[in-house]
Amino acid sequence: MKAFLRADGRKGIRNTVVIAYLVECAHHVAKSIVNKIDHDDVQLIGFPGCYPNDYSLQMMEKLCTHPNVGGVVIVSLGCEGFNREKLSQTIIDSGRPVETLIIQKCGGTKSTIDLGLDKASTILASITDVERVELLTADLVIGTICGGSDGTSGISANPAVGVCFDILLKEDATCIFEETGELIGCEHIMANRAESPELGQALITCVEKAEKYYTKMGYGSFAPGNAEGGLTTQEEKSMGAYAKSGSSEINGIIKPGDVPQKKGLYLMDVIPDGEPKFGFPNISDNAEIVEMIASGALMILFTTGRGSVVGSAISPVIKICANPETYQNLSEDMDVNAGSIIEGNSTIKDVGKDIFQQVLDIASGAKSKSEALGHKEFILTYKTFETTGTSKSNDAIGPSCLR
Amino acid sequence: MSQSKFVLLNNADNVLICCQPTNLGETVDIDEQQYSLPTDIDVGHKISRENLIAGQKIIRYGVPIGSATSNIVIGEHIHLHNMKSDYLPSHTRQSITGE
Repeated sequence: MKAFLRADGRKGIRNTVVIAYLVECAHHVAKSIVNKIDHDDVQLIGFPGCYPNDYSLQMMEKLCTHPNVGGVVIVSLGCEGFNREKLSQTIIDSGRPVETLIIQKCGGTKSTIDLGLDKASTILASITDVERVELLTADLVIGTICGGSDGTSGISANPAVGVCFDILLKEDATCIFEETGELIGCEHIMANRAESPELGQALITCVEKAEKYYTKMGYGSFAPGNAEGGLTTQEEKSMGAYAKSGSSEINGIIKPGDVPQKKGLYLMDVIPDGEPKFGFPNISDNAEIVEMIASGALMILFTTGRGSVVGSAISPVIKICANPETYQNLSEDMDVNAGSIIEGNSTIKDVGKDIFQQVLDIASGAKSKSEALGHKEFILTYKTFETTGTSKSNDAIGPSCLR
Repeated sequence: MSQSKFVLLNNADNVLICCQPTNLGETVDIDEQQYSLPTDIDVGHKISRENLIAGQKIIRYGVPIGSATSNIVIGEHIHLHNMKSDYLPSHTRQSITGE
């Protein structure tokens, strides 16, 4: 496996140029640049809000300096609250090429699109000779999420991803699982896997925070399709979701944008700190995917029972289908058929090994189904954390990371 | 024959999970006894492995996943109509249940 080596020493498995809009008012211009270039490696990301927010700034800084990103074109309207100067400086400091286009200063929509096409093409050409180095399994950072879960998810696709995680962790990779709201009910079982009693307590506290938050919101992380697929309660969904984390020791807690400073298995605490302020913690699956990517995930293992079709900007998404009926219906979107476990045709261990092989193939440049189909969804919303994006080793991102 | 259509995930469980669509009246083996299914059951859904009383914990994966809201007979479908979360209410497109 070969990787793209970045100035900070991190290794990417893709070499993309992201076109980043900083307010909804600049979205059309940014999207038009991406559509006109029509290249797999030129991708759209952005933030819709006009009010400034530390979390969204830090998320955009992490995303624009992600190992899979080689360069950036920032598209600003001009009067929005987003700190484009700081974002640009962070990208420059990372050694990546960056251009900022301000629509109000560039002559309007058409002129900015034309200029953007030119800048993006130049950056794309300039990053083709990025140094390629050997990529080891130990260099991989892999996130996992479930979306459209049903009664089969927890007994096929999710434990199979757990097997894959156990293999990855044994080979010294870094793995991230998330959505503390979907771990409600299994916090004490999870705490027993913590590498220290302090971390165990922090894991419980994290899930309690999620429970309080969702109780205030009036809905758990539980969609109507979950119920149609046989899941009855949040805790039933949680136990199934939890299986994705495998059986390895849990080494720390990170918040969105925190890049793990040592190897191991991390829980991402996606629930904002304090009282609910900006609405639901994650308004759809892609919000969580983006958060894991901001924390350095090079690839996402996405399990689904009902059948999600999404991919993501920046990092490939591998789709693992839990339900054999769904697989029959949506096979064109699914990379792995874990429904074969339900049918009795394969074991959880077999499918876990298949997923691991797919991870290696896609890290080597093969395209996942969602990637080949052009899925590059992206969503970033307002949030607030007490310690967002703090990845310095002396910052509290879980007791185990204090060392 | 229909035994293989349902799976027991943990010996402590009082539910079985459906792995192939099954129809009303179909015979299912539960702990070596035969029962006739009172409804159709879809893949991923649960049936009761024993007679349960209202308030009793529903056990899956060997752990509680909620409580019965009415008495449930062996072989019966367990879902939103006779079970609720011990944490947060579940919602469907039409309503919130289990509050």
